[in-house]
Amino acid sequence: MSHSAETTAHGSVKSYLVGFVLSVILTGIPFWMVMSGHFGKSVLFYSVVSFAIVQIVVHLKYFLHLDFSVKGRMDTFAFLFTALIIVMVVGLSIWIIYSANAMMM
Amino acid sequence: MSLLGNLTLDAVPYHEPIIMVTLAVIGVIGLAIVGLITKYQKWGVLWHNWLTSVDHKRLGIMYIILALVMLIRGFSDAIMMRTQLAMATNGAAGYLPPEHYDQIFTAHGIIMIIFMAMPFMIGLMNIVLPLQIGARDVAFPFMNNLSFWLAAAGAVLINISLGLGEFAKTGWLAYPPLSEMSFSPGVGVDYYIWALQISGIGTLLTGVNFLATVFKMRAPGMKLMQMPIFTWACTWANILIVASFPILTAVLGLLTLDRYLDFHFFTNDGGGNAMMYINLFWAWGHPEVYILVLPAFGIFSEVISTFTGKRLFGYTSMVWASGAISILGFVVWLHHFFTMGSSADVNAFFGVMTMIIAIPTGVKLFNWLFTMYRGRLRITVPVLWTLGFMVTFSIGGMTGVLLAVPGADYVLHNSLFLVAHFHNTIIGGAVFGYMAGFAFWFPKATGFHLNERLGKYSFWCWQIGFYVAFMPLYVLGFLGMTRRLNHTNNPDWNIWLYIAALGAVIIFVGIVLQFVQLYVSIRDRKQNPDVDGDPWNGHTLEWSTASPPQFYNFAVLPKVHDIDAFTDMKEKGIEYQAPDEYMPIHMPRNTAAGMQIAGAAGIVGFALIWHIWWLAIVGSLGMVVALIARCYAKDVDYYVEPQEVAEIERAHLASVATVKEEAL
Amino acid sequence: MSAVPETLKFANDHGLHADDHGGGHHDEHHDTGGNTLFGFWLYLMTDCILFASVFATYAVLYMNTDGGVSGKDIFDLNFVLVETAALLVSSITYGFALLCAHKQQKAGTLLWLLVTMALGCVFIAMEVYEFHHLIVEGNGPDGSAFLSSFFALVGMHGLHVTAGLIWMLVMVFEVLKRGLGAQTVTRLGCLSLFWHFLDIVWVCVFSVVYLLGAM
Repeated sequence: MSHSAETTAHGSVKSYLVGFVLSVILTGIPFWMVMSGHFGKSVLFYSVVSFAIVQIVVHLKYFLHLDFSVKGRMDTFAFLFTALIIVMVVGLSIWIIYSANAMMM
Repeated sequence: MSLLGNLTLDAVPYHEPIIMVTLAVIGVIGLAIVGLITKYQKWGVLWHNWLTSVDHKRLGIMYIILALVMLIRGFSDAIMMRTQLAMATNGAAGYLPPEHYDQIFTAHGIIMIIFMAMPFMIGLMNIVLPLQIGARDVAFPFMNNLSFWLAAAGAVLINISLGLGEFAKTGWLAYPPLSEMSFSPGVGVDYYIWALQISGIGTLLTGVNFLATVFKMRAPGMKLMQMPIFTWACTWANILIVASFPILTAVLGLLTLDRYLDFHFFTNDGGGNAMMYINLFWAWGHPEVYILVLPAFGIFSEVISTFTGKRLFGYTSMVWASGAISILGFVVWLHHFFTMGSSADVNAFFGVMTMIIAIPTGVKLFNWLFTMYRGRLRITVPVLWTLGFMVTFSIGGMTGVLLAVPGADYVLHNSLFLVAHFHNTIIGGAVFGYMAGFAFWFPKATGFHLNERLGKYSFWCWQIGFYVAFMPLYVLGFLGMTRRLNHTNNPDWNIWLYIAALGAVIIFVGIVLQFVQLYVSIRDRKQNPDVDGDPWNGHTLEWSTASPPQFYNFAVLPKVHDIDAFTDMKEKGIEYQAPDEYMPIHMPRNTAAGMQIAGAAGIVGFALIWHIWWLAIVGSLGMVVALIARCYAKDVDYYVEPQEVAEIERAHLASVATVKEEAL
Repeated sequence: MSAVPETLKFANDHGLHADDHGGGHHDEHHDTGGNTLFGFWLYLMTDCILFASVFATYAVLYMNTDGGVSGKDIFDLNFVLVETAALLVSSITYGFALLCAHKQQKAGTLLWLLVTMALGCVFIAMEVYEFHHLIVEGNGPDGSAFLSSFFALVGMHGLHVTAGLIWMLVMVFEVLKRGLGAQTVTRLGCLSLFWHFLDIVWVCVFSVVYLLGAM
């Protein structure tokens, strides 16, 4: 996370620009897919979610500089743990409520 | 629009004699305390040494004082409930009408969990953890001070609700739709919301603070798997705090939007779904109970290993078991609402997961037993609490495994069996743990010993009183009595209600004895000093400091090579070594900014409760201004000069030497 | 001096200020900037879980339109695309600001901070416009559980962005008045984490709320 003073200006500007270009692509495609109306709901769902996940990883790597280096390891582990909790809590919550709703019908 | 929103003189409950008498008593005691402080001219000391302190040891003591004060209120609620139920049998009405009784059981739950147990645990963690890892303070001392004052602000709000307005009548969980505006139009639920939100922010900041401390500020050489077991237990608890409290913030925030701005998250109309509140609330609520109990487990590990003189058995498995409990704690929460409409698949999954949690818990229990095996256990007060815990918590855990069977839970959900189970685990587990920790670390924190005899008497009152008070509730649960009843009309239940009331009285005696113990110990403190700072022949670094510790904790940060770092030093003969010269020590200054920010937060909460919108805006601006002012304050730290450090160290080493001489 | 025992002597009894100190030998200097950044990152993880909880609420309530409008009826994807562009570009402009800060370039830092703020304000202005439009049309948050969830989730993100903009304004003043000392650069680092995190949350918002809602 902490920008080491050793990173050259070049290297870090590059990181932001690469991340930016990738993000533009990863944003543009799902927007186009939905707005065009050509695709079925199922395809759209999986595409939008996949592109979102990939773009998040791009942001984490190129903007937030998360890595497994000795210095940055703890930050990455903290994020991975958070992601685990989120997947469990959100996933199970959706299962629970959908199940309860279904039983109400 | 009135200047005071909905607040009028009618908010004071003039027609409730019990409350008015209570307020009068509180008023008298408050005046007496103010009078005494004035008489002995201690306002300066109070302000400079305590209220504005950023020292984790001071803050820890203040947290525990807060917990003990709120214990009085929470237990008064308990005594009132037990006497009501003992009196209101065979259809009698008792002395507490439902609208009052409902506030009492709601307040009892919130106070005991949020304003007694949490501050007690956080207080012990504050005093001990930085010392155990060989650090001079936590990572963010100012934020630590702020956290305490946010907790205090929440406590103040819930206490104000006694004299102005009402408290929630919904039970401590505040389920919608009952907690929505349409069914709870008064201020009670709003007091509940803001007391929890404000103190919740404080707790969240504590979690962040202590994780940063543990991961970044351990003494040189101390690897993670060499940290004291209490520190590890607290670390898992802090991970749980950081992961679960935001869920509470979210769900209370959504309820707030429903109540204040007519949103429809959990309302009956507009497509709201009350089940989502219950789901989110327990997604926080279950990790919360592990937050309470894991540090207690850590305390038991420290106590057993210290008083048997042996290294803790299975340190590595203890750490991993705590980790397993923490992570599993996030996939079990539906067991709190098996009966509320999900499918059999969902119930089965969560039932199985809940049972699995019993396994790492069992691992811990066996580790404690193996630690005691072939040790010479000294039966001190902390050890009594620990032994009591082992038996009591095990019973509570077993009833939990029974409740984890969805089919059984359909019979027992929200019965007194459930009430008995969670009191069994919270009291037998968490509370007994904090009492053990209190007795264990009291000499370290204060510099003198607790009266041992009174400590043993109070333990036995708690232990016996607990069984007398709660075993009947298991029976009543099987006999069909549900929780939160105001009066009953079933002759079969009566005898058990009477016995339970007796149990509450016995516990009451135990609590009184604890306060007597404090008085006697403070009175006799000069005769019972903890001279060298190591009264129990401890294993970990806190015992190497003076009692109370030097304000900077360590003149030289210790170098650590092994678990039980202090014992390791003793074995190598290198404990209590003075360096050739002392270096200046960088320390943070006291500040009033925490009180200012938290005070403003309390005002915002109060203003929002009573719909005094202008005051809420002013208070919010006050918080922001106070925070920014703090960020730009210049005089926030200083250096302790080597000379002063040397004097203090010399005094400590001299005390240690006198004890060693006497021992020879 | 109060009659307080030696070991209880306290911070305010000490007259020596940190700046007065000779700056010569002092004890082990822990990496306070690193600690601050790590602590702030931990706080951001809690913010992630806060957002996740509201996302989960949206996921279970978005179909509860109570006979009223659904996402398809009210979302304008072109509008959202422009908002997204503004926020994404502001992420890299902030990155440039931080690079300038690390190189002690005060003018560059200030320039990029102001550009970032401008883009952030564009984002907020557009969002306020969208909300206002919905409310005057009768589709405010009190209309249904779906609308409540929409306003809460998107609104909470917007409030975070607004807080970030206020913080950025304060930092502009700090850089102007105090320059780029270690504490200021650390604070800019924290704000950078915050700002990028908000862009990540926005990726989830436009995907889950707008794109999936408009399908």
